[in-house]
Amino acid sequence: MTDAGDAVARLVRDERARVLATLIRVTGSVDLAEDATQDAVVRALETWPRDGVPDNPRAWLLVTAKRQAIDHIRREGRRADKETAAMGLFDPADEPAEVVRDDLLRLVFTCCHPFLSLDAQVALALRTLAGMSTAEVARGLLVPEATMAKRLTRAKQKITRAGIPYRVPAAEELPDRLDGVAGTVYLIFNEGYGGRTELAAEAVRLGRVLAELMPDEPTVLGLLALMLLQESRRAARTDADSTPVLLADQDRSLWDFAAIKEGVELVGAALRRSADTPNRYAVQAAVAACHALAPSYDETNWDAVVSWYDVLLTVQDTPVVHLNRAVAVGERDGAAAGLALVDGIDGLDEYPWWHASRAELLNRLGDKDSARTAYERALAAGMTEPTAGHLRRRLGDLG
Amino acid sequence: MTNYLALIYTEDMDWSDPQTTMSDGYVEFNKAAAAVLRGGNALHSTSTATTVRVVGGQGGDVLTSDGPYAETKEALTGYYLLECADLEEAVKIAAQIPAAWSGGTVEIRPIVEFS
Repeated sequence: MTDAGDAVARLVRDERARVLATLIRVTGSVDLAEDATQDAVVRALETWPRDGVPDNPRAWLLVTAKRQAIDHIRREGRRADKETAAMGLFDPADEPAEVVRDDLLRLVFTCCHPFLSLDAQVALALRTLAGMSTAEVARGLLVPEATMAKRLTRAKQKITRAGIPYRVPAAEELPDRLDGVAGTVYLIFNEGYGGRTELAAEAVRLGRVLAELMPDEPTVLGLLALMLLQESRRAARTDADSTPVLLADQDRSLWDFAAIKEGVELVGAALRRSADTPNRYAVQAAVAACHALAPSYDETNWDAVVSWYDVLLTVQDTPVVHLNRAVAVGERDGAAAGLALVDGIDGLDEYPWWHASRAELLNRLGDKDSARTAYERALAAGMTEPTAGHLRRRLGDLG
Repeated sequence: MTNYLALIYTEDMDWSDPQTTMSDGYVEFNKAAAAVLRGGNALHSTSTATTVRVVGGQGGDVLTSDGPYAETKEALTGYYLLECADLEEAVKIAAQIPAAWSGGTVEIRPIVEFS
């Protein structure tokens, strides 16, 4: 594809979700809006590289999509009156700016509505917000395409038939609902963390959209910061054979410093906006920033890391956070202090990382027999590859 | 507006037993939700149920069986018909049905509108 073609593809992609969002509001049907938007996108990709990009690309897409929607209704000949009437009355040029501005927010909150299963939310977010095809979503989530198609159809039917509202939540519901949206996006990011890079990139893109739509929400700023800071280490996180490289051993010159700079600035903005109640995404991002700003593993400010975990525990008191804090204490005060804390955490007997953390600390303390048992427990508890491979090598090194 | 059926699942109940009579909770709910209630009934216990099935297509042999009795803790013991703006409102109303906050569950299903 030519450079002009690439630029058009990017522009169309960025506008696509907004056009779709407006059309869903106007037609009341996710399916119809998707078909019409898709047709308009195809038209744009055909004509813009040749004829030039129109002055107002979004308006062009909306007008084209509107025409396509009316065609679709006529062709299918179903509920034609109501929908054609709605479409006929719809004039993109007359739409109040603030209504159009909120369309994408409506779509975000509908796709991530708690009345939909988490699986459905993730699939819908990738399909409608990120604009991936059903086949791409299926590949990304390692699900057969037919299964994904069914999941998407069911989710869209539920929105329409069961009457999941297409609106931005009221102020009093917003914190909870926003937490749900952030959770869905972060889940997508984590699906991509282990290797499916396109999902991680989509999650960051969605994070940027959210930050643009809600620039004062600490959850949104913290989420984007957290994702950028974790993503900044991608190139260093695995070696040439895709073997994971631990934070301590990473070549920090491979880190993406532009992403780190942006992430750290966002952490600051998120923390400033959540001075009264710590926000869990902002605080997790603050931990990530401590690592990102350390010139080397040994020079990490472990005091700060431990303190941020203390803050995180005030809003997210879970065994896993205790485990992460214990590991940081192990770095600050020595392996014995870390192990004492790790051993004091209840409820992680089935959690492979608990055993793996114990194994590392025991190894450092020279207790090879106990370390060996702990590595084996971590593997038996179902540590996933490629980390399991790393543990097997550590186990082999013990002799 | 959408019509929803709120199906009430609880332990099998004998509403006709004077000991159980309609509890204050339901009296209160009926009053509080009056604006959206379009109907609703309590059902006699599953021991009164009869299952009907016709073998051999329409007009065929009518087979009936006694029951089904509730084998699990959850039996359909009543329903409400609600008319709400959207699912969020329906869920808010359903959450006030005594069954929902006293160990049972309420399933909300939108009703098909044939045009």
